[in-house]
Amino acid sequence: MHKLWASTYKEFLLLRRDMGGIAILFVMPLILLITITLIQNNTFKTLKETKIAILLVDNDKGTVSKSINEGLSKANTFEIIKKSSSEEAKNLVFKGKYQLAIVIPENLSKDLTIKVNENVDGILEKFGLEEENKTTPKTKIQKKEVVLYFDPATQQSFKNAVKNGIDKIISGIEIQSIYKAFEAQLSDTPNSEPIFETENFITFKEITPDDSSGTYIPNASQHNVPAWALFAIFFIILPLSINIIKEKSQGTFVRLRTNPVSYATVLGGKTLVYLAVCMTQFALMLLVGLYVFPLISLPEINVSGKLPLLFCVALFSGLAAIGLGLLLGTIFKTHEQSAPFGATLVVILAALGGVWVPVFVMPKFMQILSNISPMNWGLNAFYDVFLRNVSFKEIVPEITLLFIFFIVTTIISILYNEKKNAV
Amino acid sequence: MILINQLSKKYKDADNYALQNLDLAIEQQEIFGLLGPNGAGKTTLISMLSSLVKPTSGSFSINGLTYKENKNKLKQIIGIVPQEYALYPTLTAYENLSYLGSMYGINGKTLKTRIHQHLETLGLDNFASKKVGFFSGGMKRRVNLIASILHEPKVLFLDEPTVGVDVQSKNVIINHLKELNANGTTIIYTSHHLNEAEHLCTRVGIIDHGKLVCKGKPAELISKQEDANNLEDVFIAITGKALRDHA
Repeated sequence: MHKLWASTYKEFLLLRRDMGGIAILFVMPLILLITITLIQNNTFKTLKETKIAILLVDNDKGTVSKSINEGLSKANTFEIIKKSSSEEAKNLVFKGKYQLAIVIPENLSKDLTIKVNENVDGILEKFGLEEENKTTPKTKIQKKEVVLYFDPATQQSFKNAVKNGIDKIISGIEIQSIYKAFEAQLSDTPNSEPIFETENFITFKEITPDDSSGTYIPNASQHNVPAWALFAIFFIILPLSINIIKEKSQGTFVRLRTNPVSYATVLGGKTLVYLAVCMTQFALMLLVGLYVFPLISLPEINVSGKLPLLFCVALFSGLAAIGLGLLLGTIFKTHEQSAPFGATLVVILAALGGVWVPVFVMPKFMQILSNISPMNWGLNAFYDVFLRNVSFKEIVPEITLLFIFFIVTTIISILYNEKKNAV
Repeated sequence: MILINQLSKKYKDADNYALQNLDLAIEQQEIFGLLGPNGAGKTTLISMLSSLVKPTSGSFSINGLTYKENKNKLKQIIGIVPQEYALYPTLTAYENLSYLGSMYGINGKTLKTRIHQHLETLGLDNFASKKVGFFSGGMKRRVNLIASILHEPKVLFLDEPTVGVDVQSKNVIINHLKELNANGTTIIYTSHHLNEAEHLCTRVGIIDHGKLVCKGKPAELISKQEDANNLEDVFIAITGKALRDHA
C-alpha cells in the first residue's frame, strides 16, 4: 500500500511540474467543448435565429412572389437580398458569395390565378353550380418553375432543408389560392365572412418524455457536454501513454524493473492520478456548462439531481480511458508511435461511439461496430442520465462494460510487460 | 556470494553470442571489476544479474537466491546503478530518492534519515530540493548511486558509474563505494577507467567477444603479463588494439 501511495504521489508531482501538460489537459477540452457547442448550437438554432443571406429575383412582382417573400421572411432563417437579374444572382451564388438564389418566374401570380380559377370553375361545373353559358375554353398555361441556384459547396442536408421549406411555402400559396377562388365563386356578397378557415388544422408539438415534469426538450448543451466531456476524458490516453514511454526512455522504468515492486503497483499510481485528472476535467466541463455557457448565449445545462450519476459515469469512463492509455504506453516504445496512434484511435472510437454522428444514422454495419466502442457505452450512459433521467440501475450495464474494459486492458498491459521482461 | 554457471546470452536476430558459457564466482565483500572493450558483454552480464535480461542458457545465484524462485527477495538484496541516470528530471533529488527508496519498502523517518545521510556523504545535501534536471553529470551520477543504495543492498551492481564525471565527483563516488564495501557490500562494477579499476577492485575479469578471457587480482595480472606496468597494458595485450565499432 505504501508503494502504491508513493507511486501515486510521484505521478502527482510529475504532473504538477508539467504546467504545459496541465494546461493542455484541462484548458484544451474546455475550448473544444465551447467551440463545438457554439457551432452546434447555431446549427440547432438555424431555423430560429441565425439568418442566412439569400438572393431573391422577383420576375413575377405579384401576389405569389409577395407571399414567397413574406413566407421566407417569417421563417426568420433568411436575410433576403433582392436582385433584378437572374444571371447576376446565379453568378454570385456560383462564386460562393451566397449559398442560395431563388428566381421566381414571370407571371407566376397571374398564371396561378388563371389556373386555379379554371380548375375551380371546372369543379363547380361538375357540381352544376356554375352559371349556364359561362363555360370558357381553358387557357394553355405552361407549368411554372421556381429556380433555385445553390452554391456547389452547399451541403446536401442544407439543400434538402431549404427545398422542403420553399416547397411548403409554395404549397401553402397554392392551397390558399384554391380556397380564395372557391370563396369568390361561392360567396354572393363581397367582404362577407370567410367560408374557409385557412389556418393549418394539423400542427406539431415536440415533446421529449420526462418522468418528473412531463415534457423536456434537450438543448445543444445537454447533448454536447456529455459527448465532448467523454471525448476529452478519452484523450487522457495520450499524456498517459507518453508518461509511460518517457519512463522507458529516461531509464527510470529500467530501475523500477530491478526494484521489488510490481508493474501493477506502478500502473496503480498512474491510474489514481489520471483518474483524478479525468474527474477534474469533467467537473470543469460541467462548471463551464453551468456558468460559462449562459454568459456566451449558450443554453445552460441542467444537472439538478443528476450529479452523483454523472460523476459515476465519468469515473468509469475515465477508468476505461486509462486502461487504454496504460495498454498503449506498455506496448509502444516511442512517442512517435503512441501519439499519432492514440490520437487517431480516440477519433475513431469517438466516431464509432456516436460523438460526431448519431449511431442511428450510421450504416447498419457501423451501428453493430459502434457497440465495441467504449465511448459508445459511456455516451449512452451519459445520455441516459442527462437526457432520459434514468436511475443508477439503468446505467449499470454500461458502466459494467466500461469497468470490464479497464480491467481487461490493464491485465493485458501487465501480462504483456511480464512476458516482455520475464527473467 | 555470486555463482555464475555457463551463462550465455544471444540476442534475437544477433549473429553472435553477447555472452557465452561464462563461469565465475565472486566472493562476499569483493569489489569485482568487469572490464572489456565496447560490446564485449559487460552490460549484458550485469543486466542478467540484475533481472533486466533473460539468459539464453546457464544459471546463476546471488547469496543462494535465484530470480525464478525468490524474485522479490533477491531484488531486495541487490542494488543496481544503471549506465543511464534513471532519475526523474522534473523531481528534486529528495523526491527522486524518496520515491525510489519507497519502492524498496523503506518509509518514514528511516527513509528520510538515509536520504540525508547519503546526500551529505556525497556532497549533495545543499541540493536536496533542487530539480535533478538542472544537475551536472557528476551530481546526477551521485544521486543515481544513492538511489541504488538506500535499501542497503548486500550486492551492488554498477554499470560504468563514473563515466562522464569530473575528477572530484569520481573521487567522491569511489570513496563512497569503498566505504560501502568496508561495511560488507559486495560490489560488481563495469568500467573503461582501467586505472580506477586497478586501484579499487580486489579482483577484475576481462571479457572480450562474450567470453571471460582472464580474471584475477590486478597486481597478479600485471605481474603475469610480460612488459605490463599497469592494468591498461594487460588489457591491450589481451584484447588487442583493433577498434571494436559495432552497430
